[in-house]
Parts: sequence; C-alpha cells; structure tokens
Amino acid sequence: MTDKKWAYEDFEVGRSIDFGPRTVEAGEMIEFAREFDPQPMHLDEAAGKESLLGGLAASGLFTTSIFMSMMCDAYILDSTSQGSPGVDYVNFRRPLLAGDTVRGRTTVLSKRASASKPGLGFISVKHELFNQNDELVCDMANSGMFLLRKPGAAA
Amino acid sequence: MSIDRRLGIGETVTLGSHTFGAEEIKAFARKYDPQRFHIDEEEARKSVFKALCASGWHTISMWMKYNAATFPASVERSKQFGDPVEFGPAAGLRDLKWLKPVYVGDTITFTRTPQSHRALASRPGWRMLTIVNEGINQNGDKVMSFTSMVLVKAA
Repeated sequence: MTDKKWAYEDFEVGRSIDFGPRTVEAGEMIEFAREFDPQPMHLDEAAGKESLLGGLAASGLFTTSIFMSMMCDAYILDSTSQGSPGVDYVNFRRPLLAGDTVRGRTTVLSKRASASKPGLGFISVKHELFNQNDELVCDMANSGMFLLRKPGAAA
Repeated sequence: MSIDRRLGIGETVTLGSHTFGAEEIKAFARKYDPQRFHIDEEEARKSVFKALCASGWHTISMWMKYNAATFPASVERSKQFGDPVEFGPAAGLRDLKWLKPVYVGDTITFTRTPQSHRALASRPGWRMLTIVNEGINQNGDKVMSFTSMVLVKAA
C-alpha cells in the first residue's frame, strides 16, 4: 500500500492530467543552452531572429527538460514512479520562444501490469505542451513504470 | 554521392566521453527531474535503481553538449566535398531508449552516425537529416540510444 496520490491503478486509460502554466524566461533558456546546446539561435536574440526559429528559441532538450519538470510537479513526484525505459517519439512542432507561457497535458493511452515483476505496471502515455496561443509546441509519447497500489489485484 | 560525403552518411563520429559526478547529477535533477533516485543517495539505494543515477534527460543533454562541440569540425570537414553544411534546429527524436542507468562515476562515450537525408520541399536548400546516436559506458554496455531528425542547410 502506498501513500502516494498516483499509483498504477490511478492512471485510468483515457484520463488526462492538465498542468502548468509556466512562463519560460530568456535567462533560463540561455543558461541551459550555454551548458548543453550552445548553438547561436539558443543563445542570442539576433541570431535567433535570423534562424529558422525566428527568435531566441529554447534548445529542444530544454523544452523536454522543463516539460519533465512540469510533470514532476503535477503528478510524478507524488506517484509511485520507478522511472522510464524511454520515449517513443518527441516532435518539436513550434519553437519555444523566450517569454512564452506553456501548459501541458498527459493522456493515458494504455496500461499493463508487468508479467515478470509483480507489483509493477507500465503506463503508456502521450504528453502535449501548448503555448499561450494554444499552439502545440512539443508532443511526445512514452511508457513509465509505476508501483501498484494493491499488488496482485490489478489486471 | 558528394552530398552523402558532406553529411558524413554512414560514418560514426565519436563525440567524446563524460564521467558523471554526483553533484552534477543532483544539480540537473533538482531543476528538471527531481525524482528521489536522482537527487538523494539514501532514497536511491531504496529504489529500483539501488544507487544514485542520472536523469535520462541529463544523459541526452550531455550527449548534445558533446555533439554540439563537434559541429565546427563537421562543417570544416564538409567543405572537402562541396559547400559547407550548416546545422539547424532538430525536428524531433525517435526511439529514445534509456537502456541502463548512468550511475555516479560512470564514463559514457557518445557517438553520432548520420543515416539518411531528404530534401525539404517546404524549405528549399534545407534537408532533414536522420541520425542514430548512442551512449556507451566504461564496460561497453549501451546505456542510451535514439534517432534524431535535424534540419541541415545543404543544397
């Protein structure tokens, strides 16, 4: 039995979890880019405007990282998460620009209890990140591992 | 064939090796993925991972750091086979797999292998380059693999 709000059983197929909003500042985008992705369009407003991205735009991996942090705040930290084996796809649909305010949504696609590890289950989800104009900035799908609230009882 | 040579199709580039330290693992995780097994040794020991390990988003971000550092050499090399290529933003990722945990003290060697490319009808002069990327630890075990789709300027 867990005291966490989100265990395997709580992720019902079809359920959506909305989270955010979060406003992304130029400073945090640049700080990330300096360390991990120092391409001019992620570091400098003028270079960003000249690039395909059309402004000071976040590194794709900054986008996925803040996406992750928003999910952690919304439900993962209060869950029985046991990590994730990976991500099926990530699409960067639109640039994430300095000053954008984003919100996210996770939707449960399917789930199954582990055959080999009693008490563990896999949740398949898609995640969407929208900007202040309700435009899709990034979407991805993955499966996460979560402990069951009642091992042995779930299908 | 010269565009294949310019883009290095089929040629694996070793990007560099990085030894992950406890403090950087925790610093990244506190900002972007503060699950207990990424920020606290004691809690990590009790988790499925049995020891502190890096967020998967940290591992792929570190791949990007070493990847970006090789861009000037790749642009320089491309000149031997025609006009220089220019790296643009990523459109997405596929089949991102975190195959094994990256623990404190692990040394991960990152690689990139351009696989294929196609002209973009919507953006004359630009191509979508598909690249297979990996991280291998000091024991020769693959810890991460993924495919990236990146825009490159190469007519």
